[in-house]
Amino acid sequence: MIWVYKTPGLSLLLCLLVAVLVACTEQNKAFVDHQEKRAVYVLVDASGHYSSTFNDVQKVMRYLLRTLQPGESLALARIDSGSFNESDIVARMTFDIRPSMANAQKRAFLQMLENFSKDTRSSKQTDITGGTLQAIEYLNEAGSRSKHILLFSDLKEETREDKVRDFPVNYSGASVVAMYGSNLQSKNLLSKDYVKRMEYWENKVEKGMGSWKQITDLDQLDTIFE
Amino acid sequence: MAFDIMSNLIEGEPGLSIAISVITLVLVMYISRQPAHEIILSITRGIRNTLRLMARSIMSAEKAVQAKNREVLISQGKEKAERFIEREFHRVAVQVNRDLSGYPSLQRDLKDQITRIDDDYVGSSEVPPQPPEWLKAVEAVASIPDNGSPVVAKILNDIHITLKKSLDVDLQEYRRANRDRHNLLKKMMPHWRSLSDSLDSVEKKITGLEQRTVVLDSQIDEYEEIQNHTDHAQRTLSESSLSQFFISGIVLCLAVVGMYVNFHLVAMPMEEVVGASSYLGSSSIKASDVAAIFVISIEVILGLFLMELIGLTRLFPVVNQLENHKRKTIFWIVLTFILLLAGLEASLAYMRDTLVADKLALSQLLAGSGVTPVEVTEPPLYWIPSVGQMLMGFILPFVLTFVAIPLELFIHSFRTVGGQFVVWLLQLLVSTIRFLANAIYGMGRVLVNVYDLVIFVPLKIESVIKPKKSRKKSKKLAPVILKETQEQQKQEERQEQPKLMKDI
Repeated sequence: MIWVYKTPGLSLLLCLLVAVLVACTEQNKAFVDHQEKRAVYVLVDASGHYSSTFNDVQKVMRYLLRTLQPGESLALARIDSGSFNESDIVARMTFDIRPSMANAQKRAFLQMLENFSKDTRSSKQTDITGGTLQAIEYLNEAGSRSKHILLFSDLKEETREDKVRDFPVNYSGASVVAMYGSNLQSKNLLSKDYVKRMEYWENKVEKGMGSWKQITDLDQLDTIFE
Repeated sequence: MAFDIMSNLIEGEPGLSIAISVITLVLVMYISRQPAHEIILSITRGIRNTLRLMARSIMSAEKAVQAKNREVLISQGKEKAERFIEREFHRVAVQVNRDLSGYPSLQRDLKDQITRIDDDYVGSSEVPPQPPEWLKAVEAVASIPDNGSPVVAKILNDIHITLKKSLDVDLQEYRRANRDRHNLLKKMMPHWRSLSDSLDSVEKKITGLEQRTVVLDSQIDEYEEIQNHTDHAQRTLSESSLSQFFISGIVLCLAVVGMYVNFHLVAMPMEEVVGASSYLGSSSIKASDVAAIFVISIEVILGLFLMELIGLTRLFPVVNQLENHKRKTIFWIVLTFILLLAGLEASLAYMRDTLVADKLALSQLLAGSGVTPVEVTEPPLYWIPSVGQMLMGFILPFVLTFVAIPLELFIHSFRTVGGQFVVWLLQLLVSTIRFLANAIYGMGRVLVNVYDLVIFVPLKIESVIKPKKSRKKSKKLAPVILKETQEQQKQEERQEQPKLMKDI
């Protein structure tokens, strides 16, 4: 203490050094992650013809990897079983707050996407509700304020008979986006049945306090986050 | 509203109603002409007087500001001159200590050299050879007449030969002695040169001191002028303050540009330290940007301290009061901090380059769907920008330390320039208020004339009906009143004029 009184200049400089160290090495508490962190969960329906839409999936995934910033989350899962479970998740990541690390993670994600594109096996069953439940759970865990579920599917749910899927789901705060790109349009799948199914899902999502959106033009992917 | 009332006095006759209203109004105005004139004039006069009072109080405030400015200017000039003189004296002291401390040894050397030269000189002086002692005896014998005697002749011849031999020996001795003397003189040459060099160096030192004293003399004269508060000193100080203000302002602007460049070098890699997704409070300011600004600010602050410790600036009196050994210790600590920060910035600048390259590569990878990116070979000298960034990152913190000098100049000159600007503003305000006061007073007179213009009909009738006497009286009175008013106005103007001249 006497030293502090005797050498005020040195003490001041010491304080400055400590302040610099605190500011440079530790996360300051005054800085908060207030900006809307985004989390996106992409569900790809692997049943029947829909598995061939993978080019669209890849395009959207690359867009997401380009757009998402450090600290934001991205997950990719396939809906290919009667009951959706953890093994259907292809990749999920919350990008590191350090840009260099986040870039490395994005590269790794891209690699997993490439591996996933090689797996072209199709499934007869589609548990869309199970997939969205898993997605909601992940998005809530990620702690993001802006939650998005991208659905690459013909929205036709095909589960085992013993599975009950007609129950209300809480989509609170999430935006469910039905994506149908070039493949669906070329096969003229926008039939009356499809429209009916879409209305059913729209109702279901909105009843669950979520919002519903459709994207038909994959050149306007910016609308996902609007 | 008023027009509606006027036009509806008689129902169905708006024209008549308006005519009646106008006539009534003119009559009322005619009747109340005198008090109305007085009211208009008294109001405008009142406003004018109030404004003049305002102008006077502003003028006194301006004078106070001017006096304060003068005081500040003089005290700053005094301080500056004192610092300069102090520094000059310090330099003289250093020079005297350095150059004249060796004066005793120099004196000793000179003495030695002079003694040596003296010895050599004494040694080299030409001493005429002494004739041998027996020469007189020989001369006496030689003067003996031979009288034809061969014996005597032989003796004399022998004496002659002996004498000649002796003279030859002497001559040779003399030549040898001369040669020795020449050698001694030759040996003296380096001593002379060394003596000349020593004297030259002494002359140089003395001349340097003389020059310093000339500078000191002029500075002391200037200081005396400042001390005596002369107008010349004030004018010089004011001009120098204005030029310092602009020069330091320009340098500070350049420093800000430097800080901006520095910020861009550091901000992006700083995301790696504090994270890219943190923001300051609820704003959109990134934490990394704040951290970068903080680091740069710390560098500037350390620079201020460094310049203060060296003694180039005097912004913090506490630092100046420190003892020398403490100042030295703090100086080395501050310098170490700056060095560390410069190292940090250099590494961050290098990291920035690699991060940009990585980001670019990733965006290229993500842009082409399914297409393998083409391998691009790095062009030659690709490393130059990276090294350049690193160097800039290392050098800029040191450059920023010199911001303290223009900053001090700017702060000091801003006080006087700001004061002068305030004086100018106050003067402008005084002029505006005076102009307004005169304009309002003039407007009052115009209003009186307009009033009379509105009621010109009853005025004309009055002039026709009024008896000649009263007309004459009024005719006589009118110029008197006019004259009185004009005189009053002139008197007021006379009172105003010296003040205005003084202000100008």
